[in-house]
Amino acid sequence: MTSIANSNAVEVRGIVKTYGETRALDGVDLTVREGTVLGLLGPNGAGKTTLVRVLSTLIKPDAGSAFVGGYDVLRQPKQLRRTIGLTGQYASVDELLSGYENLYLIGRLLDLSGRDAKARATELLERFSLTDAAKRPAKTYSGGMRRRLDLAASMIGRPKVLYLDEPTTGLDPRTRNEVWDEVQRMVTEGSTVLLTTQYMEEAEQLAHELTVIDKGRVIANGGIDELKTQVGGQTLQVRPTRPEDLPAMVACLRESGVLATYSEDTGLLSVQLTDAEQLTAVVGVLGTRGFGITGIDTKLPSLDEVFLAITGKPGRSASAPIRDKEPVA
Amino acid sequence: MTTAVLDQHDTRIGFRSNLRHLGALTRRNLMRIKADPESMLDALLIPIIFTLLFVYVFGGAVAGSQQEYIQYMIPGLLGTTGLNLAMAVGTGLNSDFQTGVMDRFRTLPIGRSAVLLSKIAAETCRGLVSFTILIGFSMVLGLEIKTGPLELLAAVGLSLLFGMSMVWISMLLGMSLRSAQAVQGVSMLVIMPLQFGSSIFAPTTTMPGWLQAFTKYNPLSALADACRSLINGGPLAHSVTVVLIWSVAVTAVFAPLAVARFRKRT
Repeated sequence: MTSIANSNAVEVRGIVKTYGETRALDGVDLTVREGTVLGLLGPNGAGKTTLVRVLSTLIKPDAGSAFVGGYDVLRQPKQLRRTIGLTGQYASVDELLSGYENLYLIGRLLDLSGRDAKARATELLERFSLTDAAKRPAKTYSGGMRRRLDLAASMIGRPKVLYLDEPTTGLDPRTRNEVWDEVQRMVTEGSTVLLTTQYMEEAEQLAHELTVIDKGRVIANGGIDELKTQVGGQTLQVRPTRPEDLPAMVACLRESGVLATYSEDTGLLSVQLTDAEQLTAVVGVLGTRGFGITGIDTKLPSLDEVFLAITGKPGRSASAPIRDKEPVA
Repeated sequence: MTTAVLDQHDTRIGFRSNLRHLGALTRRNLMRIKADPESMLDALLIPIIFTLLFVYVFGGAVAGSQQEYIQYMIPGLLGTTGLNLAMAVGTGLNSDFQTGVMDRFRTLPIGRSAVLLSKIAAETCRGLVSFTILIGFSMVLGLEIKTGPLELLAAVGLSLLFGMSMVWISMLLGMSLRSAQAVQGVSMLVIMPLQFGSSIFAPTTTMPGWLQAFTKYNPLSALADACRSLINGGPLAHSVTVVLIWSVAVTAVFAPLAVARFRKRT
C-alpha cells in the first residue's frame, strides 16, 4: 500500500481522459487540502463531472495520476471507495425503495452490522429532516427531499472526502439553502469537500478555494479573493451628496486623468482602481473641487465578473428562477 | 493496463463480506418487487393465462382431450419458466444503469459480481413463485405427476439450469440496449420464436420441414421433452443431454462476452 503522507485529501496530476476526438480532461492538476472545500467551477461540458467520475473510480483516466485520501484511483480503488462519498447528478438512490431502505442498504454494503446500519439510517434521516418520509418510496419525494436523501446516502460511511457534483442544480432557493447548510455542517465536522458547480453564488458561499476549468483544462485557481484581485482589481464607489453632481464629477476626474463612470439608477460614481494611491487621489480631487461626498466603498469584482473575465463566457447566476421539480406521484 | 494486474494491488473482499453484500442486494431487489407489485403480475398470471388459454382453446384440437393436453403442454411450459425469468435479469440491470443506482453501487467497496448475482437470486425467487403457481394451478385442472416429487424437482432444476445460461444473453442485451423497454422488447423477440417454434405446445410432426428442422435443434424442444419424461415418465437420456449441451454452449459463448461488457461498463 502506497500511502502519501501529506495534508492533501485529493491530489490530481495531469489527468487526461479522451472520448474519441474530444479531450474531456486535458491534463488537469488540482489539489484539495484536508478539511477544506474546493469549488470546481466551469461551464457545462467543461469536464467537471468527468473529473468527479475519475476520482470516484467510475472511469479510468487515460493518463495522469490521482490520489484520494492517499489512495491511488487506479491501483487501490477498493480502499479509495471506503474514503469517499458521492452525491451527484448521476449516482442516485433507488426510487422504488423508501428513504430508510435506501440508507440501510448502503450501510450493509459498507459492512455495517444490521443493527448499526439501522441506527445510522435512522440518525441520518433525522438529521436531514426526512424522518416523516422515511417509509415512503423515494419516488414520492420532492426534488429537495431527494437531494437530501442523496446527501445522506453519501454520508453513511462517514467518508473523509465528499464529492458533491452540482448538488443544488434544479433546486429552488430555499431548498438550496438547506443543502448549503448541510454541506457547511459536514465541513465543520471535518469532511473535505470537492464541490462542482456552475453557480458563482454557491462557490462563494461554500468554497475556500476555487479551481476554474474549461474545455478540460484548469484555467485559474486560488482563493476566491485572490482570483478576484487577479482579474479585476478593486472598484471604488463614491456616493455624492447631490446626485446631480455626477456628470460634473466624472468630467473633473477626467481632467485629472482618471477614468470614472456613473449610474443614475444607483446614484454612484465608480472608478476601476489600478493601484492603491489612486483611491487617495480620487477622493482628494473631488474634495478640492468642493463636491460633497456621503460615502465611499471599495469592492472586489463579483465572481460572475471573474468568471466572465477568465472563460469569456458568462457564468450561470444562481438567482435565475429555478423551479423545484414536482414530486413524481 | 489490464484489470487483472490492477486487482492484485487491491484488497480482496472477503467471502463473508461478499455474502453479506449479496444478501443486502438481493433483499433490495425483492423489496423492489414488493414496492411494485405489478411487476409480479407476469410471474403470477402468465402461467395461469397460458394454461387456461392453451388447455381450453387448443387442447381438444391438438391432443384430443383437455386432460391429455395438460399432461403434454404443462411440462413444456414448466421448461420455459426458467427462460422467462432469465430474460427479466437484463431489464433490471438496464434500469439500474440508467437510473444511476449502478454508479452508486460502483462507488461502494463491494464486488461487482454481487450486483449481478443478486439480480439472478431475486429473479430465481420470482421464478419459484411462477413454478409453484403453474404446478399448483395445473394440478387443480388435473395435471398428474406420474413419477414423483424428486422428478418434479429435477424438472424445475433443469428449467432453472437452462435459464441460468440464458441469463448471460439477457445481461448482454441489458447492457447493450439503451432503454429497459428495448431490452424487454428484444427479449420477447428471443423468447417468442423459441417458445412457439418448439414442441412445447404441439407435436412437431405436422409442421413444415424447415420449421421441423428449427424445432429439432431448438433447446426448448429438448427441454420440453425432458420435462415431459420427468413428469409423465419416459426416456430421458437424449433430451437431458441436449439441454445440458445447450446450457454449457450458451454459457461458454455468452458468459465471457457479458462479463467483458460488464467489466467495461463498471
